Amino acid sequence: MTSVPLTAAHGVNDAHSHHHTSTGLDNKKLAIWAFIGSECMLFASLISTYLIYKGRSRVGPFPHETWRDPSTGRVFKEILDIPVTSASTFVLLMSSLAMVLALAAVQNRNVPKRTRGERILGSSQLWLLMTALLGITFLGFQAYEFTSFVREGLTIRTNLFGSTFFTLTGFHGAHVTAGVIWLLTLLAIDRKRGLGPRDEVNVDIAALYWHFVDVVWIAIFTLVYLIK
Amino acid sequence: MATIATAPAHVGVEMHPTGLRSWLATVDHKRIGVLYLFTALFFFLVGGVEAIIIRAQLQGPNGTLVDAHTYNQLFTMHGTTMIFLAIMPLSAAFFNFLIPLQIGARDVAFPRLNAFSYWVFLFGGIFMNISWLFAAAPDGGWFGYTPLTTRTYSPGMSIDFWVLSLQILGVSSLAAGFNFLTTIINMRAPGMNLMRMPMFTWAAFITQFLIVLAFPVITIALVFLLFDRFFGTNFYQTSAGADPLLWQHLFWIFGHPEVYILILPAFGLVSEVIPTYARKPLFGYPVMVFSIILIAFLGFGVWAHHMFAVGMGPVADTVFGVTTMLIAIPTGVKIFNWIATMHGGSLRFTTAMLFAVALVALFTIGGISGVMHASPPADLQQTDTYFIVAHFHYVLFGGSMMGIFAGIYHYFPKITGRLLSEPLGKLSFWTMFVGMNLTFFPMHMSGLLGMPRRIYRYAADQGWDGFNLASSIGSYILAAGVLISMWNIIRSLRSGARAGNDPWGAPTLEWAIPSPPPEYNFARIPTVTSRYPLWDMKAPALTAEVPHTRQGDKAMHVDVAGKPAGVTHASPAPHSRQPAESPMHIETESYTARQLGIPMPDMTIKPLWVALGMTIMLASPLFLTKKFAAEQAGNAAAASSAMTMFWVLCLGGAVLMIAQLYNWLLTPLESDHH
Repeated sequence: MTSVPLTAAHGVNDAHSHHHTSTGLDNKKLAIWAFIGSECMLFASLISTYLIYKGRSRVGPFPHETWRDPSTGRVFKEILDIPVTSASTFVLLMSSLAMVLALAAVQNRNVPKRTRGERILGSSQLWLLMTALLGITFLGFQAYEFTSFVREGLTIRTNLFGSTFFTLTGFHGAHVTAGVIWLLTLLAIDRKRGLGPRDEVNVDIAALYWHFVDVVWIAIFTLVYLIK
Repeated sequence: MATIATAPAHVGVEMHPTGLRSWLATVDHKRIGVLYLFTALFFFLVGGVEAIIIRAQLQGPNGTLVDAHTYNQLFTMHGTTMIFLAIMPLSAAFFNFLIPLQIGARDVAFPRLNAFSYWVFLFGGIFMNISWLFAAAPDGGWFGYTPLTTRTYSPGMSIDFWVLSLQILGVSSLAAGFNFLTTIINMRAPGMNLMRMPMFTWAAFITQFLIVLAFPVITIALVFLLFDRFFGTNFYQTSAGADPLLWQHLFWIFGHPEVYILILPAFGLVSEVIPTYARKPLFGYPVMVFSIILIAFLGFGVWAHHMFAVGMGPVADTVFGVTTMLIAIPTGVKIFNWIATMHGGSLRFTTAMLFAVALVALFTIGGISGVMHASPPADLQQTDTYFIVAHFHYVLFGGSMMGIFAGIYHYFPKITGRLLSEPLGKLSFWTMFVGMNLTFFPMHMSGLLGMPRRIYRYAADQGWDGFNLASSIGSYILAAGVLISMWNIIRSLRSGARAGNDPWGAPTLEWAIPSPPPEYNFARIPTVTSRYPLWDMKAPALTAEVPHTRQGDKAMHVDVAGKPAGVTHASPAPHSRQPAESPMHIETESYTARQLGIPMPDMTIKPLWVALGMTIMLASPLFLTKKFAAEQAGNAAAASSAMTMFWVLCLGGAVLMIAQLYNWLLTPLESDHH
């Protein structure tokens, strides 16, 4: 049935997956979207459990109201510190901006930079580092928040609020941590050999992940902190 | 291991290299499929042995073969093994082997991730079964309901084994899910638009959506349970105000899509088998596609029908009863379409066809009993009785396993290049068919007579004796039937008749290439012009009524019954041309990838190390359980040494995983050949 004789020439210029796909999108990009879809269900489960258990804790401390322990008489004030968390939310939002600039810098790495401002805006290393640093700052806020909650008498074992709150925000923090490690890895590669055309998609998917983790935080900040 | 270190970087000179390294370091989707197949068949036999012991115990009243605790372990491990270690990986074997072949690709999107999925599955399965050696096999049921599975009521390691191994296996399924989704969306041959994909690939595609969306929910449910067990959180502690139904909801939000994860691939397999042996295109292909999608969609909205007995109230019961009955519609459509496919066809009852027709018949019985307990009042009578056991074994054995056996008999020649023995196959089929019905049909009766599930013995005067004896005899016959097939497989691996490219006269791309396929699958990627490309070439009369384009991708003039029926878009045209593409053709030459200049991914053992590191890390909390036990016993020295072991394994596993992960990600998929 074969009408065309097979020779080596048939395969030589046969491109592998990075050049040809059915949709024209890179495989990695589709996979990260599938991953993000899966992560949505992960955080949906965590957030709904938090909401279902909201107000069901038998003992304090509580997120939004003070609680007086009937056995000891000790008064616990409301646990959540919205001004501090607003600041950390702002930091995380700014990290997304830095991430956008980092990706743009990688994509426009061959555009000539004339002014000092263009050089700053076009430095992928600077913006990758900035994104990671803002992420680390957010994690610093979270570490401060967790330790102060523990000092005020709320641990993961204290009540349903403690269990759901620390698990939910802890999972988010773990995601930020993974993102920071990912960004620092990209930064290290950039410093070692510079990010080339093949790395564009790697920065792109890191950015998608980073923005996703940021969006999740906006949901958490609204549903856990702002709504009483 | 020394052979691994000294083996050359490229073992590609032979068409089908052998040796340990060729399996440990493979990234070839076909080899990984074979690994899945044989590993899962092994676990299928393990789960079968557990089932036989259960039936032997229940053969007569007041069984004395095993005690109550062992019996709990047996039914828990039977269910967990069959679901997570047998049926899902058997489906994964076909996903791996078939998806790239059916869509005309050279491999999956991420070959190394694919290897990783397999190794995680293998290590997770071994880890779960190691529990037998510690006399700590899981004993909380495959559903692991809290509070029974909390530390208070299950203080030992058995539930920890269960929770941790399910977490490990979940990683395997999720990684494979992302991989196959990307592969199916992005790696199709030119002209292979979505509505030309073989029905198995469609079933696999939708199954991956279910896996990707359902598994995170059980991951979180298990995380809550782990945290409760290890860190003293309150997720399932009703004394702290927790909702006693939280676990059940989370589990079944996963658990009901899971049953479609188990059945849809089998539906896909018989949708390949029936048209082939009826010599007719699948009846109502688009409706078959839409019904799979609808089943999957509705499958996320029916979970609470597993919980009618817990008292959710009339509104919730009604809603979930109605959605459950709705699922019968797309499922019924599939049954009728298979029957309509066979109607008027020139039927050949090969072993594969027998198994496929058995699925249609037996799944229907299970489906009908399923609709019966979609009604809450009826369900309240049936729940937790053997009637339910009969129902889900009709859909899982009569459905999934019959479909998988149909797939094994149909695809064994493609996988190995050799035919299975048809006489042995038919003997195996009829033995299994008789055994399966004799085992599970009487359970309807013993269930309606009130026999509860999960009891390890029963008194003689309940009227259940005869039905139980019949079930037990049936299970021995069923086991004999399975063993005949296993013997058939072992025998045919060495001495089966050689299969050509296409021993069955099948219509899809995988039959256009040699059996077993060369490592690169297709020397030249074919351009697909219809759903049944091989029939277009070999028997065009069969596909006259199937929408076609013979002009490649760009013009898509659809003909129905030989008359022009309009123009539509064939595929995302601008990107769909590849340099090495060619018209639909049949390949018989045996060249190596290197002779053809086709770049293939390098073999690598790194995914195995990552999987091993992750498994060790996730297994380490077992030593926390030991520490708790030692603390309770007041043995401080044992507690501190258990704690040391925990840290050693946890950090050691993590270091191995992360180091090898970096090693993997920083190594290109294929070394530069040009």
